Amino acid sequence: MAMREPELLEVDVWRSGGDAGGQFRTYAVPREDAQTVLDVVTWIQRKLDPTLAYRFACRVGMCGSCAMTVNGRARWTCRTHVAKVARGNRLQIAPLANLPVVRDLVVDMRAFFDKWAKAGGQFTPTASRRDDFVRVAPDTPARREVDAAIECIGCGVCYASCDIVAWNPAYLGPAALNRAWTLQNDVRDGDHPARLAAVAGDAGCHACHTQAACTERCPKQLSPTTSIAGLKRMTARAALKGEL
Amino acid sequence: MRTADWRNRDHPSYWAFLVHRVSGLTLALFLPLHFWVLGRALAGEAALDEFLRWTEQPLVKASEVALVFLLAAHLAGGLRLLLIEFVGWRRQAKQSWVAIAAGVALFCALAFALNLY
Ligand code: SF4
Ligand code: SF4
Ligand code: FES
Repeated sequence: MAMREPELLEVDVWRSGGDAGGQFRTYAVPREDAQTVLDVVTWIQRKLDPTLAYRFACRVGMCGSCAMTVNGRARWTCRTHVAKVARGNRLQIAPLANLPVVRDLVVDMRAFFDKWAKAGGQFTPTASRRDDFVRVAPDTPARREVDAAIECIGCGVCYASCDIVAWNPAYLGPAALNRAWTLQNDVRDGDHPARLAAVAGDAGCHACHTQAACTERCPKQLSPTTSIAGLKRMTARAALKGEL
Repeated sequence: MRTADWRNRDHPSYWAFLVHRVSGLTLALFLPLHFWVLGRALAGEAALDEFLRWTEQPLVKASEVALVFLLAAHLAGGLRLLLIEFVGWRRQAKQSWVAIAAGVALFCALAFALNLY
């Protein structure tokens, strides 16, 4: 049986260096069934250019480390099939937007996670290990809000897709605000007033223009837009009551 | 640091945002003209009538329809925002809200156009 000639993908990959800070370089990669964008990047690094820098860990959509800009849109590359995103046989792969590039496809996520801390992203316990488990009924409204927003993997796709992050570098961004919203609805948490104050500022929830790019792109199908709208209502209510 | 380009913005919610913003700005530009026309009434009946006769021209009529469309679009966009922000709309409902907003705007413009001619 004659071997089938493998179809070739033409892949433009962002490489650091040079005066412009970087440029796209084109690689030819054999196309395969059920191939992910991460597979393509790995193939280039293993077979064509070992100096290519990129980041991944779990390969199954859990760790949130593999996000890149694929054909102009931020995506988790380990769970994005080439067949879904390639235009003909072309693919363009760049680092995430709105974050400083360390090298090639790797961005510095520090600003992203620092903002989680600024938004009060840490859980503040009100009980100790000597206490019994708190029972939170699954059908309470607050618990439902948490359930709808809790599955964030911290991939930064929303952050890279949000225009407001690009326009206002101080803006806390969709993921950090989404995290704050889950904690504001967590009945076990003991830091609600301080967190509300943290997200009520100029760089907080009210900076959001409800463009919903975050919601459009979140690979976990979360809706940071809804969470942020919730924070807007929560802060407005607190302000009316004179608590803020 | 790289910034996202238009490929990132090509989604229904962004288009809704854009229509809302552009219609808002255009209406804001139109307002001074509107007040000026109302001001003509103070200058006397004749002045106003003369102006109103000018508005009978087809081109002016057409831009009036456009104006009503902009108003309706801006109104629908505002309602959409209120629903998102106060009713806590979810991801699944997104497309439908954009569609409903566009529909309401078109309907108003059409109704106005039919009335006009
Ligand atoms: S809804 Fe808000 S946070 Fe999400 S992309 Fe739009 S402006 Fe950014
Ligand atoms: S909200 Fe979604 S897009 Fe944003 S960091 Fe979490 S999982 Fe990623
Ligand atoms: S490698 Fe872990 S989410 Fe993609």
